[in-house]
Amino acid sequence: MFPESPLIQARALTKRFGSFVAVDGIDFDVAPGEAFGFLGPNGAGKTSTMRMIACMSPVSSGTLRILGMDPITDGPNIRRRIGLVPQEDTLDLEMTVLDNLLVYGRYFDLPRKVIRERARRLLDFAQLTDRANDKVDPLSGGLKRRLTIARSLISEPELLLLDEPTTGLDPQARHLLWDRLYRLKQQGVTLIITTHYMDEAEQLCDRLVVMDKGRIAAEGSPRELITRYSTREVLELRFRVDDHAPLAAQLAGLGERIETLPDRLLVYTDDGESAAKSVADRGLDPVASFVRRSSLEDVFLRLTGRTLVD
Amino acid sequence: MSTPTVLDRAADGAAGAAAGLRITPTWSLGSRRAMRLVERNGRVYFRMWVIFVSGFFEPLFYLLSISVGISKLAGPVAGPGGHLISYTAFVAPALMAVSSMNGAVMDATFGVFFKLKFAKVYDAVLATPMDSGDVALGEISWAVLRGGIYSCVFLVVMAGMGLVHSPWAALAVPVSLLEGFGFAAVAMATATYMRSWQDFDFVTLALMPMFLFSGTFYPLSVYPSGLRELVLATPLYQGVAVIRGLDLGSPTWSMAGHCLYLLVMSVAGLMVASRRLERLILK
Ligand SMILES: Nc1ncnc2c1ncn2[C@@H]1O[C@H](COP(=O)(O)OP(=O)(O)OP(=O)(O)O)[C@@H](O)[C@H]1O
Ligand SMILES: [Mg+2]
Repeated sequence: MFPESPLIQARALTKRFGSFVAVDGIDFDVAPGEAFGFLGPNGAGKTSTMRMIACMSPVSSGTLRILGMDPITDGPNIRRRIGLVPQEDTLDLEMTVLDNLLVYGRYFDLPRKVIRERARRLLDFAQLTDRANDKVDPLSGGLKRRLTIARSLISEPELLLLDEPTTGLDPQARHLLWDRLYRLKQQGVTLIITTHYMDEAEQLCDRLVVMDKGRIAAEGSPRELITRYSTREVLELRFRVDDHAPLAAQLAGLGERIETLPDRLLVYTDDGESAAKSVADRGLDPVASFVRRSSLEDVFLRLTGRTLVD
Repeated sequence: MSTPTVLDRAADGAAGAAAGLRITPTWSLGSRRAMRLVERNGRVYFRMWVIFVSGFFEPLFYLLSISVGISKLAGPVAGPGGHLISYTAFVAPALMAVSSMNGAVMDATFGVFFKLKFAKVYDAVLATPMDSGDVALGEISWAVLRGGIYSCVFLVVMAGMGLVHSPWAALAVPVSLLEGFGFAAVAMATATYMRSWQDFDFVTLALMPMFLFSGTFYPLSVYPSGLRELVLATPLYQGVAVIRGLDLGSPTWSMAGHCLYLLVMSVAGLMVASRRLERLILK
């Protein structure tokens, strides 16, 4: 399937916590240099999968090979080549911003001089240079997140794992990170990203999987997934009612599919304008009506029955 | 990738010996990587040196109170060799053993518990090439370093007060390091079982009587048999017996037995601490 052998190969990969199955026998490959995404609602098993890839959580059953090695026997050697941005920040709160980078680099056994130089550049990138000597604890959530991201890059990893990296970041910081990730990808770094932001997934991921209840519900590039699971356009309708469900029946036959959300109705069709006309023809009078292109959000809704917003 | 040299390993002394018994296949890298955590702790304490220094004073104050006052009331006592020595000379080496214990236990219990449960330091460390054995060895080594610094300074103070009676006392330094390693290893293993700060009352409850009754302030001969065997079995007694014997210039072969006891404590504590970390963090 790939010209080169995959960087990560998972077969029937399973994670159990007691009798609870968090990851239920998933298969996937990630090619070198690829940006690969995991999408899924809360509790889908994304973090559990990421932790297994980071060699921080033993595989319950199935096989997992990372960089051609087995996490059970080669954990330290794999982790040496991985950068991890965990979902929850794990900064060293007893130290300053700069020391967090310096000490973390030492865990990778890097020479102090190299770390110092990298730390300077990373602080610049994270726009934390003027906070370098501040304690970490009182920093705002977004600043801590930026430091966590900077820290993951101190070892110049070949494989970067980002578990909801931009949660808590302001738009400017998000775009800065996207730009950075894009450049890392140009340099051949393999990226694995979980996110709840569809725009992020569409921007960054070459290929992604949608996970639900520990299983993979679909896999493909963002474009492919939209073509496969959605229509070209979506007509969004909002009515002056408390409950949109009864209105769905009156729209029957319009478009390929109708999705009912608490506050609006979505009509999936290849021609939004003519669907909107038909709505008017049927004597319905929505407060708001607009046509947009299908997005990953729609794929997600179709596959998991849930919207992405937590 | 870096491979440790033979020198690296040899230099680690007790730490290296204990690491050699770890079941992790990467053990040979362990001792070197573990030092990274020592560096981390050094950096943190660099900014809190007052806390570091404060731990040293308790045994020192005991020594001063004994030499200034109590020794005037207590007559000479029989030392390890049988000849009579001043009461201060009897107690001082035992307090050196206490220094090592105190210094080692503090960071291995409170420090480790805080980092494990609240600061989540090890969650970050275990995402790097470090493994749970490195973390355990690193934390224990740090604690040994702290206990070692306390006991070395204590030895210097003793020398200044004319309480070092034999060149054998130089060997008290490595012995106090071994003792510190044993205490730190068991203390760290215990800390991984702690549920809340309240549980630390048990640590105090174990240390306090050991400090008072392990032959620190009077010879074991005051105990009836039965109680005497119990005291003989405490970890602090091992350190006290060896350090006192060396300081007063009467080394015996039984010291090897005491050292073996401390070595077993070190290895067992290290292994338990390492496994527990793995279970608690690498879920
Ligand atoms: N250590 C654990 N012990 C028991 N259950 C766990 C543990 N870690 C995760 N789980 C469970 O496994 C399931 C998957 O969790 P996971 O964190 O992988 O989800 P996720 O897809 O990352 O969700 P989110 O979007 O909320 O981050 C959840 O039901 C969670 O409760
Ligand atoms: Mg998660």
